Amino acid sequence: MSEKFDAIIVGAGVAGLSAAYIMSKAGLKVIVIEKGQHPGSKNVMGGVIYRHMMEEIIPDFWKDAPIERPIVEQNLWILGKESVVKTGYKGMEWSKVPYNNFTVFRGKFDQWFAKKCIEIGTIIVNETVVKECIVENDKVVGVRTDRPDGDIFADVVVLADGVNSLLGKSLGFHKEWRKDQVALAIMEELKLPSQKIEERFNLEKGMGATIEIFGDGTLGMIGTAFIYTNKDHLSIGCGALLSQMYEKHIKPYELLEYIKNHPIIKPLIEGSEPCEYYAHLIPEGGYKSIPKLVANGVIVIGDAAQFVNGIHREGSNMGMTSGRFAAETIIRAKGIGEFTEHTLSHYQDLINKSYITKDLEKYKNASSTLENNGAYFNHYMPAINKSVSEMLTVDGVSKSDKQKMITKHMTKGRSKLTAALEIFKMIKEVK
Amino acid sequence: MEDIKKKVNIDDKLFLNTYNADTISHLIIKDQDICAKCKEKPCTEFCPARVYEFKDDKITVGFEGCLECGACRIACPNNNIDWNYPRGGFGIQFRLA
Repeated sequence: MSEKFDAIIVGAGVAGLSAAYIMSKAGLKVIVIEKGQHPGSKNVMGGVIYRHMMEEIIPDFWKDAPIERPIVEQNLWILGKESVVKTGYKGMEWSKVPYNNFTVFRGKFDQWFAKKCIEIGTIIVNETVVKECIVENDKVVGVRTDRPDGDIFADVVVLADGVNSLLGKSLGFHKEWRKDQVALAIMEELKLPSQKIEERFNLEKGMGATIEIFGDGTLGMIGTAFIYTNKDHLSIGCGALLSQMYEKHIKPYELLEYIKNHPIIKPLIEGSEPCEYYAHLIPEGGYKSIPKLVANGVIVIGDAAQFVNGIHREGSNMGMTSGRFAAETIIRAKGIGEFTEHTLSHYQDLINKSYITKDLEKYKNASSTLENNGAYFNHYMPAINKSVSEMLTVDGVSKSDKQKMITKHMTKGRSKLTAALEIFKMIKEVK
Repeated sequence: MEDIKKKVNIDDKLFLNTYNADTISHLIIKDQDICAKCKEKPCTEFCPARVYEFKDDKITVGFEGCLECGACRIACPNNNIDWNYPRGGFGIQFRLA
């Protein structure tokens, strides 16, 4: 391919497609290179996309896009061995236009998104792997693909190649991720009639719910299990730091089966049919793991840039926003006629001023705080279950005696001060 | 958890998926001697597709079932796995997610 593009985007996920859409709309010549048979066929996500950030790319997208359910209820569970403490929020304002977020199947959504890009001029090449960036005079000038005569050239290459960003690593933007910088997530799609889903999750027709599960759903590992409702499927899975899976000798598929058979979860999925099984890494290193983002002729976006807020399970939104920022930066650079690191660092400024940097910085110590003190997942979460059970079991013991026992459960082997400080520290990191 | 271990069969899960399997592996063990000496062989545990098994003093690589997560590249204690994406169009093809 001898023609030169304004931009090459590596990877047709939501970050790459967001960048492609904005640039194509501005009239730039854009090519997206995707390794799967079609966009979405390699993409795995729990399943929630955020309306606000997607509308910044395509307004009113939800009128046309293949969405599963608008989410009206978000739950947080602290799971014990045979118990659960539940909290959550249901708001009917989320059941109406313009909605808050949606479950989607990326296999369908990304194909639709790609089609929208193609309609406005983006070229998408599937079944093609980018092997390396072509660097000349300290500037990225194109990519080398696994196709014959597969060199492609452009003013800027956008790396949207996901958590396994071999390209970012080969450019020296980051070292290989450490085991505690990524979570290993596994998931299954379970088929269940929509009416059953609505009955079991207490939902109005067509509406959806999410459940994030701490505690026994990950056998005390730092991470969460989750259940998301789709139209006539449930997504069920869990993710934990790869370092924890490794150290605890967990076989991921056994953990998934454990969750599916947990007495609290089992009734929700009873009678459903498994129809697809997934594994994916989630870049959860946070603020401290953000790699170099810009160099001469190249910008990194989305998962490849570690833009994931693990505490709030946000990532697709940051992918979209970073894709948009990259596009705006390249459009601006084209106006100036210069694609140096200096000009492209406009992208870094946009990221720094946005919610992406602010949120990732806010939670920069959360994951290490939780990992360094196993008590949070292994002591306090079971203790919360025990405490609530104690308080609500009517057995003739006075409430003040019960409160004393609860204090005992919560402190167990530590002073009240230590427990108070530990709890305060966690709240400070994750609030 | 113990009773679960007896019941779960990874092949039942992989069988749900659609693959366009290549004839050559995208996962290459750099040096089998290193695997033979590796004490815990953690790849045989944490790989969610159980791609790696230790048989007859060798690690076998069932790349056809790989879910392309990348965990083995990062977590191999000896950095002994040459991990690449399958060739364009090959490997796992997810329908939903």
